Amino acid sequence: MTAALEIRDLVKTYPVRNAFGRVSGAVRAVDGVSFTIPSGGVYGLAGESGSGKSTIARMIMGLTEPDEGDILIDGVSVLGQGERAKVQMVFQNPGASLNPRRTVGQSIKVPLVAHTYQGDRKGRIGDLLDMVQLPRHFADRYPHELSGGQKQRVAIARALAVSPRLLVLDEPTSALDVSVQAKVIDLLEELGRQLGLTYLFISHDLSLMRNFAQTVGVLYLGKIVETGPVARVFERPGHDYTRLLLASVPVISTEEAAMRPVIPLINGEMPTAEDLMALRAGLNPKETAR
Amino acid sequence: MSDLTALSNSYQNWYRFSRNPTAVIGLIIVVVSILAAILAPHITPYPDHAGAFVDFRNRHQPPSWDHWFGTDNVGRDILTRVIFGLRVSLLLAFVVLIIAVPFGTIMGLLAGYFGGWTEIVIMRLTDIALALPPLIMALAVAAVLEPSLMNAMLAIASLWWTWHTRLVYSMVRQIRALEYVEAAETLGASKFHILFREILPNCVSAIAVKTSLDAGFVILVGASLSFLGLGIQPPTPDLGTMVADGAQGLPDYWWESMLPGVSILFVALGFNLLGDGLRDLFDVEDVR
Repeated sequence: MTAALEIRDLVKTYPVRNAFGRVSGAVRAVDGVSFTIPSGGVYGLAGESGSGKSTIARMIMGLTEPDEGDILIDGVSVLGQGERAKVQMVFQNPGASLNPRRTVGQSIKVPLVAHTYQGDRKGRIGDLLDMVQLPRHFADRYPHELSGGQKQRVAIARALAVSPRLLVLDEPTSALDVSVQAKVIDLLEELGRQLGLTYLFISHDLSLMRNFAQTVGVLYLGKIVETGPVARVFERPGHDYTRLLLASVPVISTEEAAMRPVIPLINGEMPTAEDLMALRAGLNPKETAR
Repeated sequence: MSDLTALSNSYQNWYRFSRNPTAVIGLIIVVVSILAAILAPHITPYPDHAGAFVDFRNRHQPPSWDHWFGTDNVGRDILTRVIFGLRVSLLLAFVVLIIAVPFGTIMGLLAGYFGGWTEIVIMRLTDIALALPPLIMALAVAAVLEPSLMNAMLAIASLWWTWHTRLVYSMVRQIRALEYVEAAETLGASKFHILFREILPNCVSAIAVKTSLDAGFVILVGASLSFLGLGIQPPTPDLGTMVADGAQGLPDYWWESMLPGVSILFVALGFNLLGDGLRDLFDVEDVR
């Protein structure tokens, strides 16, 4: 069986310009990333801001062209292809990803028109709203009349409009209240089962990822530093950066606290991954508090 | 459902607008001016004074009950001619803006969204046009062709679009980076859809404010042109021409230039107050 999504040695660099506009260097935002997601699987991509998570999502969606590497959906390269109906995306901030001047129905209609959906568009919009458990009359509402969770449900309905195989979820819950997050995740799991969807779940929230993803890749400075089944990576993290991420997760129970790796504080603060790796290598980090 | 929410929205907007006294004054001035211009033959006391009418016995009459604004050097009622003059001023503003605003908006959309060479060509064109004062351009056009209202309108419109291009360009640059535009791109929406359905509706309030403010300025430029004798030609009444003609009788016959001048000021002020009021209204909405 071919993988729903296969990423091969993806590289994206951004030039760094000095004050005169000359190229003085390059930032390797994504540096040789490879992973595959089997059909129907949920792959979690974890990492802090600036680690390249969103750049990967943008390249899969065709918003940014990669410098090197290949992206295959169902075994077919999508680079250079304009239309990518098989893959859709749910953005981080539902307040920003819905046009404030367009009704919910008008927003959901966009992909139907773009991919020339034949048949009853109005009925399809209603069905999509049903799928995300919103009342059908919400089609006439404007985004400012909806709560954050409702807006994100609309964004999910819009992404599902053209029956994609793969959904890229770029921090789909980070802009929502904690109580709403769980509901949205439940909905995504439910839809994934019903429609046989494959998910690429991008987040820095590891506790969500532990519940939702099957396989996880930890991205650090544009490289995947650790990958494997969620249970293995979370119980026996192999890389300092993964430990650091896990140590940053707030815990409630003592069992959870026991599972949490112990990280030495530097100057009373969480160290950066560089500091931690330097410490482990026996070098002195820049400052060490007594 | 949608009708109801749309209705309550427009009612809320109207309520906020109506709490802003200067905006309401501006709206009243604009509406009254437009109505007066349209209904000029029916509401003016001496409609026949609008054309080539001569009554030397009543020349240079100061303001009185019979002639509220007095009479001019051939005995015509100035109030009548001011109201007919509004027609020319408003027509000028209307024609200039109906050419300049859509054209400037489309140019701004294209330059802002596509970038690259499209942006360089369009934005350098606006730089050139902005370096030319509209009045000088109109003078040049009138000198090369002939002084007429149509030439004046074309000359002003040929430069005025650049202001709207600049405004829309800067807005599009901001909006195109927003997630809902990217979302539309990933959903496969056409360029036409993204430009006119996603981006343009979010620029409309700013364009409306600018257009309203512009109307006042275009009226001033038009009056300046006819003051210099390059606008509409006599005997059609025009506010700028009346100021120029009346100026020969200053200071004894002050009403002949002062009152048409004040009328220009009044209409231009009305459009500016209205524009400011709209800006306040939309600013609040953006924050909300």
